[in-house]
Amino acid sequence: MKVLPTIIAAALGGAVFAVTPQAVLGQDTIKIAYTDPLSGPFAQVGDANLKQFQFILDYINSKGGALGKKFELVPFDNKSQPSDALIALKSATDQNIPFIMQCSGSNIAAALIEGVEKHNERNPESRIIYVNCGAVATELTNEKCSFWHFRFDVHVAMKAEIMARALPKDVTKVYLLNQDYLFGQSVQRDVKAYLAKLRPDVQVVGDELIPLGKIKDFSPYITKIKATGAQALITGNWGPDMNLLIKAGIDAGIDLRYYTLYAHLVGGATAIGPGGDGKVRSVMPFSENHAVEIGNKDAEAWTKAFRDKHSFDFYSAGFRTIFEHLQSAVNKAGAVDATKIAFALEGQKMKDFLGYDTIMRKDDHQIVSEYLVGVFKKGVKYDSEKTGLGWATEATILASDIDQPNTCKMKRPEMPM
Amino acid sequence: MEVFVISLLNGLVYGMLLFMLASGLTLIFSMMGVLNFAHASAYMLGAYFAYTISLLVGFWLALVISPLMCGLIGAGIEMWGLRRVHKNGHIAELLFTFGLALIIEKLVQMTWGLIAVPYRVPALLDFPLFTLYGTNFPAYRAFMLLISGLMFGSIWLVLTRTRIGLIVQASLTHPEMVSALGHNVPRVFTLVFAGGTALAGLAGVIGGNYQTTEPSMAFTMGPIVFVVVVFGGLGSLAGCFIASLLMGLIQTFAVVFDYSPADLLKQFGLTVTSSTPFAEVLTVPLPRIGALLPYILLVLILLVRPRGLLGTRDT
Repeated sequence: MKVLPTIIAAALGGAVFAVTPQAVLGQDTIKIAYTDPLSGPFAQVGDANLKQFQFILDYINSKGGALGKKFELVPFDNKSQPSDALIALKSATDQNIPFIMQCSGSNIAAALIEGVEKHNERNPESRIIYVNCGAVATELTNEKCSFWHFRFDVHVAMKAEIMARALPKDVTKVYLLNQDYLFGQSVQRDVKAYLAKLRPDVQVVGDELIPLGKIKDFSPYITKIKATGAQALITGNWGPDMNLLIKAGIDAGIDLRYYTLYAHLVGGATAIGPGGDGKVRSVMPFSENHAVEIGNKDAEAWTKAFRDKHSFDFYSAGFRTIFEHLQSAVNKAGAVDATKIAFALEGQKMKDFLGYDTIMRKDDHQIVSEYLVGVFKKGVKYDSEKTGLGWATEATILASDIDQPNTCKMKRPEMPM
Repeated sequence: MEVFVISLLNGLVYGMLLFMLASGLTLIFSMMGVLNFAHASAYMLGAYFAYTISLLVGFWLALVISPLMCGLIGAGIEMWGLRRVHKNGHIAELLFTFGLALIIEKLVQMTWGLIAVPYRVPALLDFPLFTLYGTNFPAYRAFMLLISGLMFGSIWLVLTRTRIGLIVQASLTHPEMVSALGHNVPRVFTLVFAGGTALAGLAGVIGGNYQTTEPSMAFTMGPIVFVVVVFGGLGSLAGCFIASLLMGLIQTFAVVFDYSPADLLKQFGLTVTSSTPFAEVLTVPLPRIGALLPYILLVLILLVRPRGLLGTRDT
């Protein structure tokens, strides 16, 4: 009920900004353009992000913002289309906004990297930094890396390594099931590579690609998986493909453990339900129960404040790290100048609000941070989507564990005076 | 054998769910000659109504009330919407239902939100009925089979054993004649439309918690239902039934047969290597194109037998 007004407000907000050229100099806020699907089938993802960002930014601003200015989020709907994301980029640069942020879709990210690179080369007076909060295709900080692109989520190969590391010793037969497109195929490839490297004892008994978003009933797949004798199912599926798959498996009651990348996102907990107690694991940047587990009272109080205000889980609280990195870099740069801020971000080290080390690597602009493997079970302090079950941390993988090498050859601009 | 038996059961359950959804549409389509794009929306509404009603008064009452509500909405759409649009021809009707489907989706998003609602199987039916080779067969699936079986039986009885059924049947094949005999054909239209929508609503009630209840469920279920209707043939409930089961079983079995066209060619002594022309296509295993098979069948039947499996007329 609350969703549509926000979208309308966002759309109107975008429209107003687009038609009112504002005085560029002497802006009293530091604007961050945010573009993700805010309408269409994936709108729930963009909308949930927007609410969580706003909450985090309110906090950052209450801590003084940067250079005495407050951060301000300017949403642009990109309808999951690269072309619309580029229009958002154009509007952002027209208003001289120094940051553009985008989380969903590696294809959109690739278009944005290229667009930002071109714009910054031609318009040195209005450069913009691309803050990537979740487009995770490995090549974006390797073959396709750019000086202006900073990725604040670990990429697919790192997630695959986390999964391989977290696989219990008694699991020796796994089944891979992924979506048949760029992302799913890279999960398939990387998981196999890291299993071969870290767990040569593990046998891949099934390796399946499914058409993206087409399957309504996963029971036949469950039957097939069971017939192979697999102990664990590894999947990078997201959205309905994740939710229906796990629901079918839990309903069939077969003895199987689920290792996922995205079961902790919206709708996941509802689909798993109480029947999945202790069976589903997810590779996640943050869980609300982690603050409780490590006894970090400040972090717990902060995430609880979000729950009190909104009716859904604060699964993206880890995004606070992004804004803290930006805040620190702007302060260090001493001016709201994209080039100076980008140099300040490079190699920046920082402890996140849970107390773990994070670093924005200089050579490829890829963050390495702690990552969690959570298990969905009863008896946790904060449950998910009112199911009574929630995510408890089973393993914490530190930044130093996943500091994989890269192949990035970056072209750097001149350091400003 | 194990895989075969379990897949057979799964295919049957899915096929029967398709049938519940398609039976209403096939009646509407045959009678009005219009593919009702909003039909799957009624399926979605049925699920959402059932979720809300079951929170208030429980699942069993929802099972009755929700389809009735969908039926009333259907009657309203037919009387105040479709009937006016009808005089502008089929294209206008088609576009009308298409717009309606989009509007209903938006309304659902505004009312219940973008994320899936926790619509669950009632506790009374939430247990494994029996265990077959270590896989549970949930009691709820048996319940689905029961409901859809009952539905098939009662529609069949109504259509063949009652006066109104006879008029409906006659209107399916000879609408002008029925009208000429002095029957109120528009009212029959309303009745069929409302009945069809109610059936879709019923499918939503029992399908919504079997799958998940979310705003995109109408658009994901829509296309396959059209395939069933066209494949089964206009005006034929039996054809619709056969087509539903066939689609359910095809999709289920496609998943478990890990064969590709290359394996078939091998039987004839041809080995496909990466240098063979179309090697990419020939080595695609069946599970990866399983979801595509119904559409291939649709295209084939339209080429070979446009009236459908058991269709009684061509238009």
